[in-house]
Amino acid sequence: MSLDAIIERHRGREGPLLPILHDVQATVGCIDTAAEAAIAAALNLSRAEVHGVVSFYHDFTATADPRPCLELCRAEACQARGVEAMVAAAEAAAGDRVRLKPVYCLGLCSVGPNARIGDTLHARLDEASLVALIGQA
Amino acid sequence: MTIVRISDDVLALACGADAVAAAFAEVGCTVERVSSWGMHWLEPLVEIDGIGWGPVKPGDVAAILCGTSDKAIGSIADHPFIARQKRLTFARAGRTRPLNLDDYAATGGWAGLNRARALTPVTIIAEVTQSGLRGRGGAGFPAGVKWRTVAAAPGARKYIVCNADEGDSGTFADRILMEGDPFALIEGMAIAAHAVGAQAGTIYVRSEYPHAIAKLNAAIDLAAAIIAPFRLEVRVGAGAYVCGEETALLNSLEGKRGEVRTKPPLPAIEGLFGCPTAVNNVLTIAAVSHIMRPGGGDLYASLGTGRSRGTMPIQLAGNIRHGGLFEAPFGLTLYELIHDIGGGTATGRPVKAVQVGGPLGAYIHPRDFALPFDYEAYAAADALIGHGGITVFDDSVDMGAMARFAMQFCAIESCGKCTPCRIGSTRGVELIDRIRSTPRQADITLLEDLCETLKDASLCALGGFTPYPVLSALKHWPGDFGR
Ligand SMILES: Cc1cc2nc3c(=O)[nH]c(=O)nc-3n(C[C@H](O)[C@H](O)[C@H](O)COP(=O)(O)O)c2cc1C
Ligand code: SF4
Ligand code: FES
Repeated sequence: MSLDAIIERHRGREGPLLPILHDVQATVGCIDTAAEAAIAAALNLSRAEVHGVVSFYHDFTATADPRPCLELCRAEACQARGVEAMVAAAEAAAGDRVRLKPVYCLGLCSVGPNARIGDTLHARLDEASLVALIGQA
Repeated sequence: MTIVRISDDVLALACGADAVAAAFAEVGCTVERVSSWGMHWLEPLVEIDGIGWGPVKPGDVAAILCGTSDKAIGSIADHPFIARQKRLTFARAGRTRPLNLDDYAATGGWAGLNRARALTPVTIIAEVTQSGLRGRGGAGFPAGVKWRTVAAAPGARKYIVCNADEGDSGTFADRILMEGDPFALIEGMAIAAHAVGAQAGTIYVRSEYPHAIAKLNAAIDLAAAIIAPFRLEVRVGAGAYVCGEETALLNSLEGKRGEVRTKPPLPAIEGLFGCPTAVNNVLTIAAVSHIMRPGGGDLYASLGTGRSRGTMPIQLAGNIRHGGLFEAPFGLTLYELIHDIGGGTATGRPVKAVQVGGPLGAYIHPRDFALPFDYEAYAAADALIGHGGITVFDDSVDMGAMARFAMQFCAIESCGKCTPCRIGSTRGVELIDRIRSTPRQADITLLEDLCETLKDASLCALGGFTPYPVLSALKHWPGDFGR
């Protein structure tokens, strides 16, 4: 979907900015300065306002990263189940090919360590299964 | 034909439930996808005629069907983990298909809404107040009192907002409810809207929960005619913990940075787009759907202890053998929850610490495990119940590292509005690093001072409560700070 179509789809809603940013991030992989300017013009906001929102939220990025991304939960319950000891091996397996992103809780805190790739979640990981997962990402 | 019931909750999926379901389908069974019972160590859990097996792998299918599998756990409903609970908000867990309207209606669904529609808003609010229901998002504020304020606030346009941001690590009850029993949340939202005079409602769900978002959207479509003219929509967060704070959440819904607003004005008076708004947690709103059923309020008020009435969906997480969802009246001790119900640690090692109430909750030492689950008892012990998450750690944990993590989390997630939280959290991480490399009393005093400043001068509980995990770790495990 084009940027114009995304804006058109949401502009009639109350508080359209976040839904627009989500769709742009999902389709383009980032929200760059050109997109910020176009969204700002369409919603009658300043570009600074849109940029302020984009830069506030962890889900939005200014540049695209084409690599596959594995989100690894690093929050307390997964720490209690041993995730920190697996991080070095995960980083080595990811290298520059896979983006390893720390996240703080995926809501599976009784069966960690947990990871997410796209909308698929993986539980009860140990070092070997995590490394294998990164290899397939 | 054999009917096999397997959960489609994302936790079951993450543990391999789809492959198990496919294996049963392949040998000719009819597979029904139901919500999760919440016995997470047994997922994927398979149920045939009330009997359970778990955790099941595709290779177990043949043995289960011919009755020789060693993964049998007997009758699920009679399993001690289930039988010991008092499930009201999670009464349907494991028992119904999440998006099946017939299952919902057959298990008392819409009875609360139908009854509420025949009552005046004043009566509904009085019943919710009398039930003793308090906000389950963390602060424990009486739901009826908040609703009365919104109902009485001047303004033709009002909103009801459900806080489904569930950012606290160690918690997942909102997620299980949204995925497993979405109509209960929708029913509660419709009742709340009627009570406060709202025409539209929003459920703000964190982006980490794609399955909950999909289930809710599907459920809202299915139930649209039942709740009309009330309109309900799902909005998705964008990965900011602080957006669980209700005023930051409202800013986020308005398309702004998720910065915390100063109070007053209360959201109940000036909330979403300046209109009176009731913001409530998923569990608070879902509880209303059963509280408004005939006799529901009295039943709720009859359970619990002191001023903590009704049941609390407790989440057993981290290094615990029997982790999952345990709904029970208030009053259970940590010892009962962790040892009698949870079976101790998953690793079999001694428990060293538990964190109750998410990343802003205190670490509690096993010597204090007689503490009863009760808002006031926790507050008196410098701790908090929060959203009801209990994260267990064994003796391999380094509490100095956990204190550092608490400060670091505050630094990562700070909205930046106030200086103690924005700058102090980073200084806190540096201080803890220094203490952990060369312990000096002067630095420890400085850390305690910094925590006092955070407590006293922060606008919201992110900065204000981060001292709980830090100071409790420092107090109970001085050895982990080189002392
Ligand atoms: C940093 C921070 C994060 C919070 N996160 C949540 C959350 O994820 N879910 C929630 O319901 N309440 C959260 N709260 C509490 C809300 O501000 C608010 O008290 C609650 O949504 C009110 O609903 P209740 O009365 O039904 O609990 C958070 C508060 C703070 C300060
Ligand atoms: S305490 Fe932190 S998160 Fe809360 S308002 Fe202040 S800066 Fe924002
Ligand atoms: S702490 Fe890792 S999933 Fe909740």
